[in-house]
Amino acid sequence: MSILVIAEHDNSSLKQATLSVVAAAKAIGGDIDVLVAGENCGAVAEAAAKAEGVAKVLVADNAAYGHFLGENLGELVAEVGKGYSHILTSAGTTGKDFMPRVAALLDVAQVSDIIRVESADTFVRPIYAGNAIATVKTSDSIKVITVRPTGFDPVAAEGGSASVEQLDVVKDAGLSSFVGEEKAKSDRPDLASAGIVISGGRGMQNGDNFKMLEQVADLLGAGMGASRAAVDAGFVPNDMQVGQTGKIVAPQLYIAVGISGAIQHLAGMSDSKVIVAINKDEEAPIFQVADYGLVADLFEAVPQLEEELKKVL
Amino acid sequence: MKVLVAVKRVIDYNVKVRVKPDNTGVDLANVKMAMNPFCEIAVEEAVRLKEKGIANEIVVVSIGPKACQEQIRTALALGADRGIHIEADEDVQSLDAAKLLKAVVEKEEPKLVILGKQSIDTDNNQTGQMLAALTGMGQGTFASEVVVDGDKVNVTREVDGGLMTLSLNLPAVVTTDLRLNEPRYASLPNIMKAKKKPLDVTSPADLGVEIAARLTTLKVEAPAARSAGIKVADVAELVDKLKNEAKVI
Ligand SMILES: Cc1cc2nc3c(=O)[nH]c(=O)nc-3n(C[C@H](O)[C@H](O)[C@H](O)COP(=O)(O)OP(=O)(O)OC[C@H]3O[C@@H](n4cnc5c(N)ncnc54)[C@H](O)[C@@H]3O)c2cc1C
Ligand SMILES: Cc1cc2nc3c(=O)[nH]c(=O)nc-3n(C[C@H](O)[C@H](O)[C@H](O)COP(=O)(O)OP(=O)(O)OC[C@H]3O[C@@H](n4cnc5c(N)ncnc54)[C@H](O)[C@@H]3O)c2cc1C
Repeated sequence: MSILVIAEHDNSSLKQATLSVVAAAKAIGGDIDVLVAGENCGAVAEAAAKAEGVAKVLVADNAAYGHFLGENLGELVAEVGKGYSHILTSAGTTGKDFMPRVAALLDVAQVSDIIRVESADTFVRPIYAGNAIATVKTSDSIKVITVRPTGFDPVAAEGGSASVEQLDVVKDAGLSSFVGEEKAKSDRPDLASAGIVISGGRGMQNGDNFKMLEQVADLLGAGMGASRAAVDAGFVPNDMQVGQTGKIVAPQLYIAVGISGAIQHLAGMSDSKVIVAINKDEEAPIFQVADYGLVADLFEAVPQLEEELKKVL
Repeated sequence: MKVLVAVKRVIDYNVKVRVKPDNTGVDLANVKMAMNPFCEIAVEEAVRLKEKGIANEIVVVSIGPKACQEQIRTALALGADRGIHIEADEDVQSLDAAKLLKAVVEKEEPKLVILGKQSIDTDNNQTGQMLAALTGMGQGTFASEVVVDGDKVNVTREVDGGLMTLSLNLPAVVTTDLRLNEPRYASLPNIMKAKKKPLDVTSPADLGVEIAARLTTLKVEAPAARSAGIKVADVAELVDKLKNEAKVI
């Protein structure tokens, strides 16, 4: 078997999610190549070559891939991937965008968002917002798969010494072009890979009040998240949403503040190791999944939390 | 221009999903079914394009058993003009759904096809992208804003790092994210009017598509239950537990 992993990156650094995808590839078994498609992405290729278990890194460095347009990546990956038994990428917004195009171009099914490998053709994935876990078997000769990074412990980032090969395949479908982007700037750890995440919900009442959570996050080195209600109300930007239709996180510690615990929110965080809930309503469903629940008004509890943490950290 | 919208019948998002005791799937007997929430957003967007005078006809399509006609009628009550039901009782997976929709696209020649970004049952997030690839169209996935401008459409997408805007040649495929719009409710007079709107029934065979499930679901299980922990009395106890018991800070 031979597996092609498509790297997730921003042209300058390799996303940790890719190391989890390589771990999923190792669980399948076989030679693992990594494709880095982007523009001026040499540093990413170097990082990928050092990852544990990678045999070869293929680099497609061209302006056509600079913004990871799904049309162009779809054609490239379908072309490069057709000689492999498995094509894998992380289930981030880039992978979710281009990978189904790859599957359609190869006339195969895609298995989305796997959390476990049972065998080379059988995978485990959550459905119904994680309320059911399905084991699915694919009969296609090329298996096109997106991987939920929280399902697999990342391989080591250092120690490997894969060869790096430049590809000169340029696929520019000419269907779409990049206009602009608004990236949230933050020095905090990336929500998807942070060891601690603190999230606020509708109970925060407004965007300014999130500053209270930021202060706690800074003390803990935590990433910041939010419920959909908080995002919809405009308190915080969309990329902070945790849940079925936002980010899936599984940190060591997840602190939910003023979040009721709707099933769609739980879908994004219930695999966290330790869950803390702060909510003034003792009946809030979030307490059913919380390891430590504090029934309190968050406007008193959060400043106290900051003070107590300062004492012990 | 003509807009095609795909709507899927799924379990209502408020229903607590239960896995069948024999682990063959999820219990759908006697549960409330509804239009997939992302598809409601797709219908709403099409209706708004029509209200702005950009779209002149909205065609809705749904694939599945006869009961899907309920969701088509809902879309008609919300403002779509005509429905197409592709009747299929078998397991129609994303790739086949995309092939069926492609056949409809070839017949109807819409300028814009709007789908939900994912359906809340299988959570696949595939069909729109597959349809775009099969028809050679550009795609604007996870859209939070759609602006039609001549023979192009600008789509702002919700991506991991924030927002990204693309310009696509028309015809194009758009898949909706939650913040694209807030769907309206159908009024009673419109529900009555919808009953008289045209709804054609067709089949995969009529469309020349052979349904071939590639994925077999071997079993469906309930997730490992997380049990409730303890309530702490105050913040000091919480911090103590996190530091000395859970050892996560
Ligand atoms: C298709 C679909 C997809 C969805 N996807 C997601 C998703 O990805 N992520 C997501 O989060 N949601 C998602 N939702 C929405 C979800 O159903 C809930 O509406 C949402 O999670 C509620 O957010 P919340 O808990 O912040 O708000 P609420 O449910 O309003 O809860 C607010 C909580 O704050 C508490 N509170 C208020 N004031 C205080 C105070 N002073 N001190 C302490 N506690 C206080 C209240 O007791 C309450 O429990 C989705 C919904 C649908 C239909
Ligand atoms: C009768 C029947 C029984 C099934 N049984 C099973 C089963 O037992 N196990 C199993 O794994 N799968 C089953 N499926 C298939 C499953 O529903 C497919 O995976 C699905 O049709 C396509 O994937 P998705 O909805 O997750 O697509 P997504 O890519 O998540 O959906 C995105 C969007 O595509 C559009 N779309 C998708 N499907 C349709 C549709 N049918 N009609 C109109 N628009 C659509 C909608 O706009 C939707 O928002 C069954 C399907 C049918 C019709």
